[in-house]
Amino acid sequence: MKYAYYPGCSLEAGSAAYDKSVRAVLEQLGVELDELDDWNCCGATEYFSQNELVATSVIARNLALVDGEHDQLVAPCAACFLNLKKTDKLLSEQPVMKGKVDEALAAGGLSYRPGRVRVRHLLDMLYTDIGQEAIRAKVVQPLNGLRVAPYYGCQIVRPLNGFDNPEYPMKMDEMFEWLGAEVVDYPVKAHCCGGHMTQISEPEAFELIRRLLQSADEYQADVILCMCPMCQLNLDAYQGRVNGHFGTSFKLPIVFFTQLLGVALGIEMKKLGFGKELVSAEPVIRSKLDGSSVGAAT
Amino acid sequence: MVADTPSDNRSKFLRDVIADTPEGERIVHCLQCGSCGGSCPNGAEMNYTPRAVIAMIAADRREEVLTSNTMWQCVSCYFCTSRCPQDIPITEIMYALKRMSIREGKARKTDAPALAKTFTDLVEKYGRSFEFGIASRYLLFNRPMSMLKSSGMGMSMFAKGRLALTPTRIRQVKQLRAIINKARELSQHD
Ligand code: SF4
Ligand code: SF4
Repeated sequence: MKYAYYPGCSLEAGSAAYDKSVRAVLEQLGVELDELDDWNCCGATEYFSQNELVATSVIARNLALVDGEHDQLVAPCAACFLNLKKTDKLLSEQPVMKGKVDEALAAGGLSYRPGRVRVRHLLDMLYTDIGQEAIRAKVVQPLNGLRVAPYYGCQIVRPLNGFDNPEYPMKMDEMFEWLGAEVVDYPVKAHCCGGHMTQISEPEAFELIRRLLQSADEYQADVILCMCPMCQLNLDAYQGRVNGHFGTSFKLPIVFFTQLLGVALGIEMKKLGFGKELVSAEPVIRSKLDGSSVGAAT
Repeated sequence: MVADTPSDNRSKFLRDVIADTPEGERIVHCLQCGSCGGSCPNGAEMNYTPRAVIAMIAADRREEVLTSNTMWQCVSCYFCTSRCPQDIPITEIMYALKRMSIREGKARKTDAPALAKTFTDLVEKYGRSFEFGIASRYLLFNRPMSMLKSSGMGMSMFAKGRLALTPTRIRQVKQLRAIINKARELSQHD
């Protein structure tokens, strides 16, 4: 199996742990991931709030860069995934906009036929294409005893994903059951982390973050699993400030789901980017999982 | 653009919103059920809930909507969109209101347009972005006090190697700029 890979800007620095663990996990699973050459930023939500045609043209350049060897593009970041998928859909359904985007792309010597590239979220690809059997067959360190809270956020499950329930998603829950973890079923798993609000208006953002941390904490999660860089950033990097703001004392490690999947596959923790999170995840993982065997396969 | 015919008794504001929103025509099917506002994580902070905004668009209350904080409190979580019984693309309407508010010079009570501009300027210079650089640059110019408060966090992120000082520059940044310039030019012909 072979996919074009769109890491997105966050995975280059702030969320390097996600990129590192995605690559390590897919290599272990024997999946070929070819980084899209010279990809550009998807614009997150920031172009759409200024100019829709520029927003879609900037995103369409990435779709146009997918070469003839690939017909699927995998994105791990929520905003990138939604933007790429939404743009492909807009170009299929909005002929006037498509005409203009064609003209804009042509100014850069590019073209794109809507529908040529299938945009996939990483979780969907792992769950659907690789699947339970192949993943279970590679588990060397079952996650028994570890209580994980899968956190889906917004833009991967709403509005366009087509692979999971937008209100009550289950695919990550199921995957971690395959791995032997105790999956925490908490009510806010698809609620909002506040997105870029942390940079615009902290009180509102902190309240949204508090609700998530509190719920996961009440359900006695050992660790929260994210699949979006913004979610991980807000819950991890702002956790200390949220504690300061509300007088709480949350100390919940926030990791990317691929990092813990990698642990189950026996990949060494440092190859999975552990240690970059501000609330350290390693102690609880080692203590719950019998530290001696973690990373034993490598 | 929707034709401005005498038989069209929809408000000017409504017609503009429809023209600026993919599938915006759905807006006329709003039942005022309030599911959108009830689902909104930031509804309590908004001057007008999403439901109220839909009614105000139909009632041509352009000034009040475009100078309100509602769309700037929208975090694009798509809860309203996925729950709307009438398939109204509410989140996309919020984006359209953001664009109209900036275009008409009516954005108030928010730093969001400044953040958006800082972000997209970087994309146009490098072809990529970097969230912490944006946050710190933006805060430095817009909210120096907040910058001081979060600098402890900034230092920890830096120590963990999570804070890039510049984005990566793509090879074909000229090509990207040509695409952006063309798109910008075409968007002015609306
Ligand atoms: S959920 Fe839909 S139908 Fe109900 S008030 Fe909101 S926009 Fe109108
Ligand atoms: S998309 Fe915006 S308006 Fe809709 S529920 Fe989310 S924050 Fe509220």
